[in-house]
Amino acid sequence: MEYKISIPASEQELKKLKAGDSVLLSGTVYTARDAAHKRICECLDRGERPPFDLNGSAVYYVGPTPEHDGCCIGSAGPTTSGRMDAYSPRLLDAGLKIMIGKGNRSDEVVRSMIRNGAVYLAAIGGAGALMAASIEEAELVCWEDLGCEAVRRLTVKDMPLTVAIDSEGNDLYRLGRAQYLKEVKE
Amino acid sequence: MRNIDAKLIEDTVARLCIEANLRLPDDVVSAIECAEIEEPWDGAKRILSLLGDNVRIAEEKTLPMCQDTGMACVFLELGQDVHIDGDLEEAVNNGVRRGYGEGYLRKSVVCDPLRRINTGDNTPALLSVKLVPGESLRITVMPKGFGSENMSALKMLKPADGVEGVKRFVLETVEKAGANPCPPIIVGVGIGGSFDKAAYLAKHALLRPLDKPNRDEYYAALEKELLDKINALGIGPQGFGGKTTALAVLIESMPTHVAGLPVAVNISCHATRRKSASL
Repeated sequence: MEYKISIPASEQELKKLKAGDSVLLSGTVYTARDAAHKRICECLDRGERPPFDLNGSAVYYVGPTPEHDGCCIGSAGPTTSGRMDAYSPRLLDAGLKIMIGKGNRSDEVVRSMIRNGAVYLAAIGGAGALMAASIEEAELVCWEDLGCEAVRRLTVKDMPLTVAIDSEGNDLYRLGRAQYLKEVKE
Repeated sequence: MRNIDAKLIEDTVARLCIEANLRLPDDVVSAIECAEIEEPWDGAKRILSLLGDNVRIAEEKTLPMCQDTGMACVFLELGQDVHIDGDLEEAVNNGVRRGYGEGYLRKSVVCDPLRRINTGDNTPALLSVKLVPGESLRITVMPKGFGSENMSALKMLKPADGVEGVKRFVLETVEKAGANPCPPIIVGVGIGGSFDKAAYLAKHALLRPLDKPNRDEYYAALEKELLDKINALGIGPQGFGGKTTALAVLIESMPTHVAGLPVAVNISCHATRRKSASL
Protein backbone atom coordinates (compact mmCIF):
# COMPACT_ATOMS: atom_id res chain seq x y z
CA MET A 1 0.00 0.00 0.00
CA GLU A 2 1.04 3.60 -0.48
CA TYR A 3 0.02 6.29 1.98
CA LYS A 4 0.37 10.05 2.16
CA ILE A 5 1.06 11.07 5.74
CA SER A 6 1.21 14.58 7.15
CA ILE A 7 2.89 15.41 10.42
CA PRO A 8 1.53 15.47 13.06
CA ALA A 9 -0.05 12.14 12.21
CA SER A 10 -2.94 10.71 14.21
CA GLU A 11 -2.64 7.50 16.14
CA GLN A 12 -4.99 5.78 13.66
CA GLU A 13 -2.95 6.92 10.68
CA LEU A 14 0.25 5.50 12.17
CA LYS A 15 -1.51 2.28 13.20
CA LYS A 16 -2.61 1.50 9.65
CA LEU A 17 0.98 1.64 8.34
CA LYS A 18 2.36 -1.87 7.89
CA ALA A 19 5.94 -3.00 7.31
CA GLY A 20 6.61 -2.79 3.57
CA ASP A 21 4.12 0.00 2.84
CA SER A 22 5.31 3.06 0.93
CA VAL A 23 4.85 6.44 2.56
CA LEU A 24 5.04 9.95 1.14
CA LEU A 25 5.70 12.06 4.21
CA SER A 26 5.02 15.80 4.47
CA GLY A 27 5.43 18.32 7.26
CA THR A 28 8.00 19.19 9.91
CA VAL A 29 10.84 16.79 10.61
CA TYR A 30 13.77 17.41 12.97
CA THR A 31 17.27 16.18 12.22
CA ALA A 32 19.28 14.49 14.95
CA ARG A 33 22.17 12.04 15.01
CA ASP A 34 24.22 10.46 17.79
CA ALA A 35 25.62 13.62 19.34
CA ALA A 36 22.25 15.45 19.29
CA HIS A 37 20.48 12.40 20.75
CA LYS A 38 22.98 12.34 23.58
CA ARG A 39 22.30 15.99 24.34
CA ILE A 40 18.52 15.57 24.09
CA CYS A 41 18.73 12.76 26.67
CA GLU A 42 20.91 14.95 28.89
CA CYS A 43 18.20 17.66 28.68
CA LEU A 44 15.58 15.11 29.72
CA ASP A 45 17.84 13.91 32.57
CA ARG A 46 18.11 17.44 33.91
CA GLY A 47 14.36 17.92 33.63
CA GLU A 48 14.84 20.58 30.96
CA ARG A 49 12.87 20.96 27.75
CA PRO A 50 14.54 19.46 24.71
CA PRO A 51 15.17 21.89 21.80
CA PHE A 52 11.96 20.85 20.07
CA ASP A 53 8.68 19.42 21.27
CA LEU A 54 9.06 15.65 21.14
CA ASN A 55 5.35 15.03 21.49
CA GLY A 56 4.06 13.70 18.16
CA SER A 57 7.37 14.54 16.51
CA ALA A 58 9.31 13.01 13.62
CA VAL A 59 13.09 12.71 13.67
CA TYR A 60 15.28 12.11 10.62
CA TYR A 61 18.73 10.65 11.26
CA VAL A 62 20.66 12.77 8.81
CA GLY A 63 23.77 14.92 8.62
CA PRO A 64 23.42 16.82 5.34
CA THR A 65 26.21 18.27 3.23
CA PRO A 66 26.43 22.10 3.21
CA GLU A 67 23.94 23.86 0.96
CA HIS A 68 24.88 25.78 -2.18
CA ASP A 69 23.65 29.37 -2.51
CA GLY A 70 19.96 29.37 -3.34
CA CYS A 71 19.37 25.84 -2.00
CA CYS A 72 18.02 25.02 1.45
CA ILE A 73 20.10 21.88 1.96
CA GLY A 74 22.79 19.76 0.36
CA SER A 75 22.76 16.01 -0.05
CA ALA A 76 20.60 14.48 2.69
CA GLY A 77 20.27 10.71 2.88
CA PRO A 78 19.81 8.74 6.11
CA THR A 79 22.51 7.56 8.48
CA THR A 80 22.56 4.16 10.23
CA SER A 81 19.74 4.18 12.78
CA GLY A 82 21.24 1.50 15.03
CA ARG A 83 23.64 4.07 16.49
CA MET A 84 20.62 5.85 17.99
CA ASP A 85 19.25 2.65 19.59
CA ALA A 86 20.72 3.51 22.98
CA TYR A 87 18.76 6.77 23.07
CA SER A 88 15.57 6.09 21.07
CA PRO A 89 13.43 4.42 23.78
CA ARG A 90 13.90 7.52 25.92
CA LEU A 91 12.68 9.79 23.10
CA LEU A 92 9.82 7.45 22.23
CA ASP A 93 8.62 7.50 25.83
CA ALA A 94 8.69 11.30 25.61
CA GLY A 95 6.39 11.33 22.58
CA LEU A 96 8.50 10.73 19.46
CA LYS A 97 6.27 9.02 16.90
CA ILE A 98 8.21 8.74 13.65
CA MET A 99 11.87 7.79 13.23
CA ILE A 100 13.45 8.03 9.79
CA GLY A 101 16.75 6.34 9.00
CA LYS A 102 18.16 3.16 7.55
CA GLY A 103 19.12 -0.26 8.85
CA ASN A 104 18.21 -2.57 11.69
CA ARG A 105 16.93 -1.58 15.15
CA SER A 106 17.40 -3.30 18.50
CA ASP A 107 14.68 -5.36 20.20
CA GLU A 108 14.51 -2.75 22.93
CA VAL A 109 13.68 -0.01 20.40
CA VAL A 110 11.02 -2.22 18.79
CA ARG A 111 9.43 -2.94 22.18
CA SER A 112 9.36 0.78 22.93
CA MET A 113 7.79 1.48 19.50
CA ILE A 114 5.00 -1.02 20.21
CA ARG A 115 4.43 0.51 23.66
CA ASN A 116 4.25 4.01 22.22
CA GLY A 117 2.52 3.38 18.87
CA ALA A 118 5.50 4.69 16.88
CA VAL A 119 6.78 3.78 13.43
CA TYR A 120 10.23 3.48 11.89
CA LEU A 121 10.46 4.60 8.27
CA ALA A 122 13.41 3.86 6.02
CA ALA A 123 14.85 6.36 3.56
CA ILE A 124 17.15 5.11 0.83
CA GLY A 125 20.66 4.89 2.23
CA GLY A 126 23.35 6.38 0.03
CA ALA A 127 20.80 8.24 -2.10
CA GLY A 128 21.48 11.67 -0.62
CA ALA A 129 20.77 13.66 -3.77
CA LEU A 130 17.45 11.88 -4.32
CA MET A 131 16.31 12.32 -0.70
CA ALA A 132 17.23 16.03 -0.72
CA ALA A 133 14.75 16.65 -3.55
CA SER A 134 11.82 16.33 -1.12
CA ILE A 135 13.19 18.83 1.42
CA GLU A 136 11.73 22.31 0.89
CA GLU A 137 13.04 24.23 3.87
CA ALA A 138 15.78 23.77 6.43
CA GLU A 139 16.72 25.93 9.39
CA LEU A 140 19.13 25.51 12.24
CA VAL A 141 17.43 24.90 15.61
CA CYS A 142 20.40 24.46 17.95
CA TRP A 143 23.84 23.01 18.68
CA GLU A 144 25.61 24.56 15.74
CA ASP A 145 28.89 23.40 17.30
CA LEU A 146 27.98 19.89 16.18
CA GLY A 147 28.43 20.96 12.54
CA CYS A 148 26.63 18.51 10.26
CA GLU A 149 25.16 16.90 13.38
CA ALA A 150 23.37 20.07 14.57
CA VAL A 151 19.60 19.91 15.01
CA ARG A 152 17.70 21.34 12.03
CA ARG A 153 14.02 21.82 11.37
CA LEU A 154 13.12 20.51 7.91
CA THR A 155 9.94 21.01 5.95
CA VAL A 156 9.50 18.00 3.72
CA LYS A 157 7.04 17.38 0.92
CA ASP A 158 6.20 13.85 -0.19
CA MET A 159 9.43 12.39 1.12
CA PRO A 160 9.56 8.83 -0.31
CA LEU A 161 9.92 6.35 2.55
CA THR A 162 9.22 2.70 3.31
CA VAL A 163 7.73 1.39 6.54
CA ALA A 164 10.64 -0.64 7.90
CA ILE A 165 9.13 -1.44 11.31
CA ASP A 166 5.47 -0.78 12.06
CA SER A 167 3.75 0.03 15.35
CA GLU A 168 3.09 -3.66 15.97
CA GLY A 169 6.78 -4.49 15.63
CA ASN A 170 6.62 -6.14 12.20
CA ASP A 171 10.07 -5.76 10.68
CA LEU A 172 10.55 -5.47 6.92
CA TYR A 173 14.24 -6.35 7.27
CA ARG A 174 13.16 -9.80 8.49
CA LEU A 175 9.89 -10.20 6.57
CA GLY A 176 11.12 -8.94 3.18
CA ARG A 177 14.11 -11.20 3.25
CA ALA A 178 12.09 -14.23 4.36
CA GLN A 179 9.51 -13.62 1.63
CA TYR A 180 12.17 -13.34 -1.05
CA LEU A 181 13.96 -16.51 0.10
CA LYS A 182 10.67 -18.41 0.23
CA GLU A 183 9.83 -17.30 -3.31
CA VAL A 184 13.27 -18.28 -4.62
CA LYS A 185 13.01 -21.77 -3.08
CA GLU A 186 9.61 -22.28 -4.64
CA MET B 1 65.12 12.94 -10.69
CA ARG B 2 61.93 14.88 -11.28
CA ASN B 3 60.59 17.71 -9.16
CA ILE B 4 56.88 17.92 -8.33
CA ASP B 5 55.62 21.05 -6.63
CA ALA B 6 53.60 20.33 -3.46
CA LYS B 7 51.10 22.94 -4.65
CA LEU B 8 50.29 20.78 -7.68
CA ILE B 9 49.60 17.85 -5.34
CA GLU B 10 47.33 20.06 -3.23
CA ASP B 11 45.38 21.25 -6.29
CA THR B 12 44.99 17.71 -7.59
CA VAL B 13 43.82 16.29 -4.26
CA ALA B 14 41.28 19.13 -3.94
CA ARG B 15 39.90 18.45 -7.42
CA LEU B 16 39.76 14.67 -6.87
CA CYS B 17 37.88 15.05 -3.55
CA ILE B 18 35.16 17.01 -5.33
CA GLU B 19 34.95 14.87 -8.46
CA ALA B 20 34.93 11.61 -6.51
CA ASN B 21 32.00 12.75 -4.39
CA LEU B 22 29.86 14.06 -7.22
CA ARG B 23 30.16 11.20 -9.64
CA LEU B 24 30.23 7.46 -9.16
CA PRO B 25 32.91 5.57 -11.16
CA ASP B 26 31.59 4.09 -14.44
CA ASP B 27 32.26 0.50 -13.35
CA VAL B 28 30.11 0.96 -10.22
CA VAL B 29 27.32 2.65 -12.23
CA SER B 30 27.24 -0.20 -14.72
CA ALA B 31 27.33 -2.82 -11.94
CA ILE B 32 24.19 -1.21 -10.45
CA GLU B 33 22.54 -1.12 -13.89
CA CYS B 34 23.37 -4.79 -14.57
CA ALA B 35 22.10 -5.78 -11.13
CA GLU B 36 18.82 -3.98 -11.83
CA ILE B 37 18.36 -6.03 -15.01
CA GLU B 38 19.22 -9.31 -13.30
CA GLU B 39 17.30 -8.71 -10.05
CA PRO B 40 14.26 -11.02 -9.96
CA TRP B 41 12.52 -9.36 -6.97
CA ASP B 42 10.32 -6.37 -7.85
CA GLY B 43 10.88 -4.27 -4.73
CA ALA B 44 14.63 -4.78 -5.04
CA LYS B 45 14.57 -3.85 -8.72
CA ARG B 46 12.76 -0.62 -7.86
CA ILE B 47 15.41 0.35 -5.28
CA LEU B 48 18.23 -0.35 -7.73
CA SER B 49 16.50 1.87 -10.25
CA LEU B 50 16.23 4.66 -7.63
CA LEU B 51 19.97 4.32 -6.96
CA GLY B 52 20.49 4.99 -10.66
CA ASP B 53 18.20 8.05 -10.42
CA ASN B 54 20.23 9.29 -7.46
CA VAL B 55 23.45 9.17 -9.48
CA ARG B 56 21.80 11.21 -12.26
CA ILE B 57 20.25 13.77 -9.87
CA ALA B 58 23.61 14.23 -8.13
CA GLU B 59 25.27 14.96 -11.44
CA GLU B 60 22.56 17.33 -12.68
CA LYS B 61 22.41 19.31 -9.45
CA THR B 62 26.13 19.14 -8.67
CA LEU B 63 25.30 17.51 -5.35
CA PRO B 64 27.33 14.83 -3.59
CA MET B 65 25.62 11.53 -4.40
CA CYS B 66 25.73 10.59 -0.71
CA GLN B 67 25.71 12.98 2.26
CA ASP B 68 28.41 10.92 3.94
CA THR B 69 31.25 12.33 1.91
CA GLY B 70 33.48 10.20 4.08
CA MET B 71 36.96 10.37 5.45
CA ALA B 72 39.29 11.15 2.57
CA CYS B 73 41.42 8.07 1.98
CA VAL B 74 44.30 9.28 -0.17
CA PHE B 75 46.55 6.72 -1.84
CA LEU B 76 49.79 7.86 -3.41
CA GLU B 77 51.95 5.76 -5.69
CA LEU B 78 55.08 7.79 -5.53
CA GLY B 79 57.88 7.21 -8.03
CA GLN B 80 61.15 6.82 -6.14
CA ASP B 81 62.85 9.23 -8.55
CA VAL B 82 60.47 12.04 -7.64
CA HIS B 83 61.48 14.91 -5.40
CA ILE B 84 58.62 16.82 -3.77
CA ASP B 85 59.16 20.56 -3.45
CA GLY B 86 57.39 21.20 -0.16
CA ASP B 87 55.68 19.16 2.53
CA LEU B 88 53.84 16.19 1.05
CA GLU B 89 51.51 15.44 3.96
CA GLU B 90 50.65 19.10 4.38
CA ALA B 91 49.90 19.35 0.65
CA VAL B 92 47.49 16.40 0.85
CA ASN B 93 45.72 17.81 3.91
CA ASN B 94 45.51 21.27 2.31
CA GLY B 95 43.99 19.61 -0.74
CA VAL B 96 41.39 17.80 1.37
CA ARG B 97 40.60 21.01 3.30
CA ARG B 98 40.10 22.96 0.07
CA GLY B 99 38.20 20.20 -1.75
CA TYR B 100 35.76 19.66 1.11
CA GLY B 101 35.28 23.41 1.49
CA GLU B 102 34.99 24.44 -2.16
CA GLY B 103 32.98 21.34 -3.06
CA TYR B 104 30.34 21.85 -0.31
CA LEU B 105 31.22 18.43 1.08
CA ARG B 106 30.41 17.32 4.60
CA LYS B 107 33.01 17.66 7.31
CA SER B 108 32.81 14.36 9.10
CA VAL B 109 36.09 14.08 11.00
CA VAL B 110 36.58 14.48 14.76
CA CYS B 111 40.03 15.34 16.06
CA ASP B 112 40.02 12.68 18.75
CA PRO B 113 38.10 9.38 18.86
CA LEU B 114 36.95 9.86 22.47
CA ARG B 115 36.77 13.63 22.93
CA ARG B 116 35.06 14.05 19.55
CA ILE B 117 35.43 17.66 18.45
CA ASN B 118 34.84 18.13 14.71
CA THR B 119 37.97 19.38 12.96
CA GLY B 120 35.68 21.47 10.74
CA ASP B 121 37.54 20.84 7.49
CA ASN B 122 37.52 17.03 7.12
CA THR B 123 41.26 16.77 7.76
CA PRO B 124 43.35 14.87 8.39
CA ALA B 125 43.30 12.64 5.33
CA LEU B 126 43.97 8.93 5.76
CA LEU B 127 47.17 8.91 3.73
CA SER B 128 48.97 5.83 2.39
CA VAL B 129 52.12 6.17 0.35
CA LYS B 130 53.58 3.36 -1.71
CA LEU B 131 56.96 3.79 -3.31
CA VAL B 132 57.15 2.54 -6.89
CA PRO B 133 59.86 2.69 -9.56
CA GLY B 134 59.89 5.68 -11.90
CA GLU B 135 59.29 9.39 -11.65
CA SER B 136 55.56 9.83 -11.72
CA LEU B 137 53.00 10.28 -8.95
CA ARG B 138 49.58 8.67 -9.04
CA ILE B 139 47.01 10.05 -6.65
CA THR B 140 43.75 8.28 -5.79
CA VAL B 141 41.12 9.74 -3.52
CA MET B 142 38.52 7.38 -2.05
CA PRO B 143 35.98 9.15 0.19
CA LYS B 144 34.98 6.34 2.55
CA GLY B 145 31.61 6.48 4.30
CA PHE B 146 31.31 5.03 7.78
CA GLY B 147 27.91 3.35 7.52
CA SER B 148 29.74 0.56 5.76
CA GLU B 149 33.13 1.06 7.44
CA ASN B 150 31.47 0.36 10.80
CA MET B 151 30.35 -3.07 9.59
CA SER B 152 33.86 -4.19 8.66
CA ALA B 153 35.73 -6.84 10.66
CA LEU B 154 39.07 -8.57 11.08
CA LYS B 155 39.89 -12.01 12.39
CA MET B 156 43.11 -13.90 12.98
CA LEU B 157 42.19 -17.36 11.72
CA LYS B 158 44.28 -20.48 12.27
CA PRO B 159 45.99 -22.01 9.23
CA ALA B 160 43.82 -25.10 9.84
CA ASP B 161 40.71 -22.95 9.20
CA GLY B 162 41.86 -22.69 5.58
CA VAL B 163 39.78 -21.35 2.73
CA GLU B 164 36.55 -22.64 4.31
CA GLY B 165 37.29 -20.56 7.40
CA VAL B 166 37.85 -17.50 5.23
CA LYS B 167 34.54 -18.04 3.43
CA ARG B 168 32.69 -18.51 6.72
CA PHE B 169 34.15 -15.30 8.16
CA VAL B 170 33.30 -13.23 5.06
CA LEU B 171 29.70 -14.53 5.01
CA GLU B 172 29.34 -14.05 8.77
CA THR B 173 30.52 -10.43 8.45
CA VAL B 174 28.08 -9.68 5.61
CA GLU B 175 25.26 -11.37 7.54
CA LYS B 176 25.99 -9.31 10.67
CA ALA B 177 26.14 -6.12 8.59
CA GLY B 178 22.62 -6.82 7.30
CA ALA B 179 20.83 -3.69 6.14
CA ASN B 180 23.23 -1.26 7.83
CA PRO B 181 25.96 -0.68 5.22
CA CYS B 182 23.54 0.44 2.46
CA PRO B 183 23.46 -2.72 0.35
CA PRO B 184 24.17 -3.53 -2.42
CA ILE B 185 27.64 -3.57 -0.96
CA ILE B 186 31.13 -4.09 -2.31
CA VAL B 187 33.21 -6.45 -0.21
CA GLY B 188 36.96 -5.88 0.05
CA VAL B 189 38.81 -8.87 1.51
CA GLY B 190 42.44 -8.90 2.63
CA ILE B 191 43.99 -12.29 3.29
CA GLY B 192 47.47 -12.81 4.71
CA GLY B 193 50.20 -10.44 5.87
CA SER B 194 49.77 -9.44 9.50
CA PHE B 195 47.00 -7.90 11.63
CA ASP B 196 47.52 -4.46 10.09
CA LYS B 197 48.44 -5.54 6.56
CA ALA B 198 45.28 -7.64 6.18
CA ALA B 199 43.20 -4.53 6.87
CA TYR B 200 45.33 -2.51 4.46
CA LEU B 201 44.82 -5.14 1.74
CA ALA B 202 41.06 -5.17 2.29
CA LYS B 203 40.87 -1.40 1.93
CA HIS B 204 43.15 -1.51 -1.12
CA ALA B 205 40.98 -4.17 -2.73
CA LEU B 206 38.16 -1.59 -2.86
CA LEU B 207 40.22 0.45 -5.31
CA ARG B 208 40.01 -2.24 -7.99
CA PRO B 209 37.35 -1.71 -10.70
CA LEU B 210 34.45 -4.10 -10.13
CA ASP B 211 34.76 -5.65 -13.58
CA LYS B 212 38.39 -6.65 -13.01
CA PRO B 213 38.66 -10.03 -11.27
CA ASN B 214 41.78 -10.93 -9.30
CA ARG B 215 44.64 -11.72 -11.69
CA ASP B 216 45.28 -15.01 -9.90
CA GLU B 217 42.65 -17.50 -11.16
CA TYR B 218 42.45 -19.16 -7.75
CA TYR B 219 41.39 -15.91 -6.10
CA ALA B 220 39.21 -14.89 -9.05
CA ALA B 221 37.25 -18.13 -8.56
CA LEU B 222 37.02 -17.47 -4.81
CA GLU B 223 35.71 -13.94 -5.50
CA LYS B 224 32.98 -15.38 -7.72
CA GLU B 225 32.05 -18.12 -5.29
CA LEU B 226 31.78 -15.66 -2.39
CA LEU B 227 29.71 -13.23 -4.47
CA ASP B 228 27.25 -16.02 -5.36
CA LYS B 229 27.04 -17.12 -1.73
CA ILE B 230 26.51 -13.53 -0.51
CA ASN B 231 23.80 -13.01 -3.10
CA ALA B 232 22.05 -16.15 -1.93
CA LEU B 233 21.62 -14.66 1.57
CA GLY B 234 18.52 -12.72 0.50
CA ILE B 235 19.41 -9.46 2.32
CA GLY B 236 18.91 -7.50 -0.90
CA PRO B 237 19.17 -3.78 -1.73
CA GLN B 238 18.67 -1.69 1.44
CA GLY B 239 18.09 -4.96 3.32
CA PHE B 240 14.45 -5.25 2.20
CA GLY B 241 15.04 -8.65 0.57
CA GLY B 242 16.25 -9.59 -2.88
CA LYS B 243 19.14 -11.08 -4.77
CA THR B 244 21.47 -8.09 -5.03
CA THR B 245 23.16 -7.94 -1.64
CA ALA B 246 26.62 -7.32 -3.14
CA LEU B 247 27.87 -5.98 -6.44
CA ALA B 248 31.35 -7.48 -6.14
CA VAL B 249 33.82 -9.28 -3.91
CA LEU B 250 37.41 -8.10 -4.34
CA ILE B 251 40.19 -10.09 -2.72
CA GLU B 252 43.82 -9.11 -2.24
CA SER B 253 46.35 -11.46 -0.67
CA MET B 254 50.00 -11.46 0.42
CA PRO B 255 52.48 -13.80 2.10
CA THR B 256 51.94 -14.46 5.78
CA HIS B 257 53.52 -16.26 8.76
CA VAL B 258 53.52 -20.08 9.02
CA ALA B 259 51.40 -19.79 12.16
CA GLY B 260 48.76 -17.38 10.89
CA LEU B 261 45.87 -16.68 8.54
CA PRO B 262 44.74 -13.06 9.02
CA VAL B 263 41.53 -12.08 7.21
CA ALA B 264 40.04 -8.62 7.01
CA VAL B 265 36.70 -7.72 5.47
CA ASN B 266 36.26 -4.07 4.56
CA ILE B 267 32.69 -3.41 3.56
CA SER B 268 31.84 -0.58 1.21
CA CYS B 269 28.41 0.66 0.15
CA HIS B 270 26.92 1.10 -3.30
CA ALA B 271 28.38 4.62 -3.13
CA THR B 272 31.92 3.31 -3.55
CA ARG B 273 33.62 6.44 -4.79
CA ARG B 274 37.15 6.84 -6.09
CA LYS B 275 38.96 9.07 -8.50
CA SER B 276 42.57 9.01 -9.67
CA ALA B 277 44.99 11.29 -11.48
CA SER B 278 48.62 10.87 -12.54
CA LEU B 279 51.16 13.66 -12.35
